[in-house]
Amino acid sequence: MKPSPNFEFDDLQALLRFGSGHLTETHFMLLQIKDADAARQWLSTAPVSSATATRPPPDTSLQIAFSVDGLRTMGLQEHIIKDFSDEFITGLAGDESRSRRLGDTGANAPEHWEWGGKSGQTPHVLLMLYAQNGKMEDWKKTVETKLFKRAFKLFMTLPTTELEAKEPFGFIDGISQPKIDWAQQQSTDLHERDNYSNRLAVGEVVLGYRNEYGHYTPRPLIDPQQDIHATSLPDAEDEPAMKDFGRNGSYLVIRQLHQDVPGFWQFIDAASDADPEKREQLAASMVGRERDGTPLAPATPNHIPGIAWQNRDNHFTYELDPGGTRCPVSAHIRRSNPRTGDYPPGVSGFFSRIIKALGFGQNRPDEDLIASSRFHRLLRRGRSYGPRLTPEDAIKPDASTEPRGLQFICLVANISRQFEFVQNAWNISSKFGGVQNERDPLLGIRAPLLNGEETDHFNHPHPSGPMRTTAHLPQFITVRGGSYFFMPGLRALQYLATTPATDSDSSS
Amino acid sequence: MTPQSTFMIVAVVSDVQIKKLRQLLATMNYIPGHANPDNSLVPFGRFDRLHFARFMIIEAITADEIKEFGITPRPWPLTLAFFGDIDGDKDSFLAELTEHAGSGLKKIFSLCEGFSKDENNLLEWMKQRDIQPQANYINWIGRTVKQVHEEAALHKSLRRYLQKIVDDIGRENTLDLRQKLLSHIELEKYAGRLSLTPPEPTPIGWKIRNLLHLIGVPFILLLATPFFLLIAPFYLIRLRMLERSDPELFIRPDHAHLQKLTVQEDYDVTNQYNVFGDVKPGLLRLLTFKFMLFMLDYAARHIYKRGFLTRVRTIHFARWVFMDNNHRAFFASNYDGNHESYMDDFINKLGWGLNLSFSNAVGYPTTNWLIKDGAHRELPFKYTQRRHQLPSEVWYKAYPGLTATDLARNSRIRHGVENRQSSEKEIREWLSLI
Repeated sequence: MKPSPNFEFDDLQALLRFGSGHLTETHFMLLQIKDADAARQWLSTAPVSSATATRPPPDTSLQIAFSVDGLRTMGLQEHIIKDFSDEFITGLAGDESRSRRLGDTGANAPEHWEWGGKSGQTPHVLLMLYAQNGKMEDWKKTVETKLFKRAFKLFMTLPTTELEAKEPFGFIDGISQPKIDWAQQQSTDLHERDNYSNRLAVGEVVLGYRNEYGHYTPRPLIDPQQDIHATSLPDAEDEPAMKDFGRNGSYLVIRQLHQDVPGFWQFIDAASDADPEKREQLAASMVGRERDGTPLAPATPNHIPGIAWQNRDNHFTYELDPGGTRCPVSAHIRRSNPRTGDYPPGVSGFFSRIIKALGFGQNRPDEDLIASSRFHRLLRRGRSYGPRLTPEDAIKPDASTEPRGLQFICLVANISRQFEFVQNAWNISSKFGGVQNERDPLLGIRAPLLNGEETDHFNHPHPSGPMRTTAHLPQFITVRGGSYFFMPGLRALQYLATTPATDSDSSS
Repeated sequence: MTPQSTFMIVAVVSDVQIKKLRQLLATMNYIPGHANPDNSLVPFGRFDRLHFARFMIIEAITADEIKEFGITPRPWPLTLAFFGDIDGDKDSFLAELTEHAGSGLKKIFSLCEGFSKDENNLLEWMKQRDIQPQANYINWIGRTVKQVHEEAALHKSLRRYLQKIVDDIGRENTLDLRQKLLSHIELEKYAGRLSLTPPEPTPIGWKIRNLLHLIGVPFILLLATPFFLLIAPFYLIRLRMLERSDPELFIRPDHAHLQKLTVQEDYDVTNQYNVFGDVKPGLLRLLTFKFMLFMLDYAARHIYKRGFLTRVRTIHFARWVFMDNNHRAFFASNYDGNHESYMDDFINKLGWGLNLSFSNAVGYPTTNWLIKDGAHRELPFKYTQRRHQLPSEVWYKAYPGLTATDLARNSRIRHGVENRQSSEKEIREWLSLI
């Protein structure tokens, strides 16, 4: 694989490279396109921020993503749209089987959502404004031009609050992120990835590049012979005669997750006999970190590519804690990223790899249940909402129950292999890594299994032998909305802006 | 030990009757694709030797793909398949089936061709249409349905009691905990709430056949080694030529087809899976396919018989069947987890194994020296397997809510009940399973 140090960051929306932590104010808008011509015209000059690094960093940012309905309304032709992934075209809420798979059932069911849940009500556009403290009002005025108002109807503004390091339950969030291998230097060969690496192939989050399998994820390619407007699009690396509408774009998954902060801490408090120390311990074991971010898992002595030695909060795997006596197997962060390599621990050469590949030489029956985490990583870009409530206040009986939660956002190149897999096979699975009928203590639904077995408990393996069990967990997090979007590269945005209206309905 | 066996009854269905048949089969379900164990046609739950069973229609939906090889597709009639995995021998089970579900089965089979209205020998009719798999995989040879249920009940009872006594006497005195648990089990057994039936003696005929197979196959292979070595260069040259020239089909499964499949997935912790397609033309492909499955069958019978198939621990039962006079191949399995995680296991843990066999089937992504690439070409692989996948009309699992990992754990727990641990550490490990 040739390194390409000159990555075309100028064609990438900034969110793919930067979390923009210095831009503490956010304003997320869901829009409907009411005049496609005006929308295209606005888009052609919209100040969408690229991922080019500037010094000093910009004090505002604008990012834009479209749902499949949005792309259609913009006039993107059906023969282009059909090459997006099936899950994007169907949508997050468009299919009961998908909802069942994702745990969007019961209180989480799309029919109860505040937005995005009903067919025909999927927002067209997600517009994300970021600004430094105090600069949002001016930035909004810059973005919301006359043309903008003619083009779009505000569907709703998603609640967000000024950025803090802590998510609503009170834990430091966003510590673990994959380190994108922009220079494409890390091998994706199955034989060279025995151990966990935090570096991730560009093609796992950006379309048009090689992914962790060393291949290109299918995406819309356009023949410039047929479509003159496409000539300004980037070339498709894997099919040089074609232009790549997907290149430098990414799928954006957004889910509004309501967090019952008083409910969480009051439950934890009761389960810990109102002992503050035990309360912290129980909450930490459910998360897998203490509130200040310190992980429960022991530090690993091995080097993890993409994570600095000094970064204790991130420099760990679960290799030294296979049974979960330090960090429970069911803990939220362990489920969300099990930090496994392609092979179980202890592979040191050709022969040991063969032995393990044949399924032998295992030290524990559960050591190889979860492998190859690299194919299931998410680049998270969420922002939380609702007034802050400390655990100490949350346990008071009169604690405020104002809406609080997270606008969970992740960027991926393959929605089903990344976001949906993590949600289904890791987070809400009642059997993840061999756990006993329990789901993610934070994120999980509590629906019983088909044989009636309850799943509403949390097991903490204990070195003495018998597990400690916390029973009758209520659901702490409820889905309130969500949608799958596509966040195009900058040249693809220009293509959208200039492609003429087709015979498809250009207004809605 | 009671060895498992398998049956697969296939019968042609006319285009006229297919709709009626599907409707009839659907009446057996209580959620999409999932059999009500007490349904009136075939009350699966009454058969305590039955692990898994399903009715499905084998349809050649991808028949046209072989045109890429310049070959006219062979006709394939719609075919009803009824198959399952059982404890003990097949003949007595089929007899049980006719006895307790005879009228329901007659209703179903009367919609198939060759079943006359007054067919009075149902058993014979089924036996005539029973076909053997080329390879068969059983997660744990000898583990019976009865054992699964007994051990699950044991675990549940131990778990409840352990939580109670930990609250009473703490968790440090492990010997005491163990003693209390063992007495609890004795009391429960005495009260008739638990039972741990000892395994039946292994049938002597099975033992002998198994031993002969264990020794005989390597012996014959050894004898044949000079021949294999002789043809190896020619084989490899021809294989590489085919690998370079075989057309690769990169066709996305259409949305409506995916819907038909996913609508019956993810209700239980286990899902069902069927794929059907053409064997690539030519003797080399067929012989390679057959040889690989022969080897797989040997490995499944003698090596991978205790909870894992290479690195994969999520498959309960699986079968590989040649049909249509070796022109077509069928694969069916029962696996734990979601389809996407099954594919994840296939590609990342077992890709080489899939390549060895399924690369000889039409539509499979191109391999390199038979084991490289193939399934590792992620999306071509995922597309082809979904494209060739067929839904089940009715699927039955005797122990919903339990994965193969659960079953193995429950057996370990039982082992710990029946065998005294020799050290404090072992007791703790046993307690940690509960």
